[in-house]
Amino acid sequence: MDFGPYLLLASLEGAVGAAVLALTAVGLSLVFGVMRVVNVAHGEFYMIGAVVAWFVATTVGTHPALGFVAALIVAPLVAAIIAIAADRLVLKRVNYDPEATIVATIGILYIIQQAALMGYGPEARPVEPPFNHRIALPWYDFAAGEWFYPWGLGTTSYKLFVIAVAIVLLLGFWALMTRTKVGLVMRATQLDWDMAQAFGIPVDRVYALVFGFGAALAALAAVLIVPIQQAHYLMGGDPLLLSFIVVIIGGLGSVRGTVVAAILIGMSDGIISVFFTPTLAKIIATMVVALVLVFRPQGLFGTKAA
Amino acid sequence: MLRLEKVSAGYGPVQVLYDLDLEAKPGEILCLLGRNGAGKTTTMRAIMGLCDRTNGRVMLGGTDISALPAHEAPRQGIGYIPQGRRLFTEMTVAENIEIGLMTRKKGKATRERVLDMFPRLRERLDQRAETLSGGEQQMLATARALCLEPSVLLLDEPTEGLQPSMIQLIRDAVVTMKDQGVAVVLVEQRLDAVLSIADRVAFIENGHGREVVDAEVLRTDTSLLEKYVGV
Ligand SMILES: Nc1ncnc2c1ncn2[C@@H]1O[C@H](COP(=O)(O)OP(=O)(O)O)[C@@H](O)[C@H]1O
Ligand SMILES: [Mg+2]
Repeated sequence: MDFGPYLLLASLEGAVGAAVLALTAVGLSLVFGVMRVVNVAHGEFYMIGAVVAWFVATTVGTHPALGFVAALIVAPLVAAIIAIAADRLVLKRVNYDPEATIVATIGILYIIQQAALMGYGPEARPVEPPFNHRIALPWYDFAAGEWFYPWGLGTTSYKLFVIAVAIVLLLGFWALMTRTKVGLVMRATQLDWDMAQAFGIPVDRVYALVFGFGAALAALAAVLIVPIQQAHYLMGGDPLLLSFIVVIIGGLGSVRGTVVAAILIGMSDGIISVFFTPTLAKIIATMVVALVLVFRPQGLFGTKAA
Repeated sequence: MLRLEKVSAGYGPVQVLYDLDLEAKPGEILCLLGRNGAGKTTTMRAIMGLCDRTNGRVMLGGTDISALPAHEAPRQGIGYIPQGRRLFTEMTVAENIEIGLMTRKKGKATRERVLDMFPRLRERLDQRAETLSGGEQQMLATARALCLEPSVLLLDEPTEGLQPSMIQLIRDAVVTMKDQGVAVVLVEQRLDAVLSIADRVAFIENGHGREVVDAEVLRTDTSLLEKYVGV
């Protein structure tokens, strides 16, 4: 394959990664923005999403599409319930102290990971996509002056579906935050915790809701990706690292910045992984973070240093 | 009726208020006077449940609101206009108002009535609060609290840094609330303003409640002012 078609192929892979990463990172960013909690266990809620998707798919089992739709509902719910329990039992008890919550969420990370190892096992298991047509993509041959289908240049309907669903979910999230009372309450809590209480907002319950919601977003992202990547109890590491990178580059707590950075990092991660190696992609992304931290610590879209 | 009974409060290990008694009746303006750091702001935060209360009770009517979580104080009818305004600065004027309305589930009628008191806010509904002038920000902080249709209103240095025309506007709003039977607790540095609108004055010194007198008394006898405020 020539460079042009190859780049298109890599970009499509990158776009799938970027879409899923944006969902995951927005969840992390929301939790940090509202609660000032650095949730080190965020990747584990992603893993829970994938594992629950596998369980649901194998239980429902009649048609992949049925299992998939069920997983889209059940997985985020399960992740949210576990997250809310973690918030009530652990984070609330340490008064959301910034340092204590880092240590606490590291603990939550290991508990969830080991529970998954015991309950689900060490195997990576595939989940069948609800549909999966191959779509060949055309490329323009400048020399011959015509469109043609290069061998190997193609994607699947499911990958395009993942991108579309992620866009819809992100738009829905944006509308929720800016257009609804629940969003107003979450933003008020983020901006001024004291004044939120002074205007009748039960900050305590908002925190539980936000932590559950952040986990649900990660789980949703995983349900989307698991037909492409397989479910495994250690799969939370990469999305956690990439989400942190995205949230730092985008500006902590900024939804718009998070989405833009997710596209940037997701695309370049996909492209560099295809042309070179995934490891190089992570090295470069980490270096970008270092540069951002040095030259623009508030992130590309952040308003002030956190 | 708002009544503080032997309230002790502070911030973590730092105790600020010691056995403070205070009472604000419907339809009166009670002013808190005391030096900087005396504990006036902390008194208001203690009423709102926004600092650590170690002792005593805060009664609103027959309800002990200090036994309830902090978000219940506004829901029971206490409107708070904090020192420094503390708006939701990155939100619009309309959103700040909306949060006030949501507190006690008030609707369009309340919103219209409050906006009629501050027409300049009505013209700036879609503007972000941080882009308002100081006077407009104080109007918004006041409007946000009035959206609760409160029975008790706490105002902490509302005229700090404002122009005379703005001070007049805020003052009118306070007097209107009083006339409607609201119990107003006002912290104010400018003594002329205090003496012209207060019904009673409570002095606070180093976190201890001192004399509570009719404002009338201070107009002729300034010895208490000299003692507790130093003028
Ligand atoms: N968040 C806080 N943490 C610890 N101490 C505080 C805090 N806020 C105020 N204080 C202390 O409480 C005392 C009273 O402060 P404050 O109530 O703001 O006084 P005032 O409003 O009368 O000027 C001061 O000594 C101040 O230093
Ligand atoms: Mg003060």
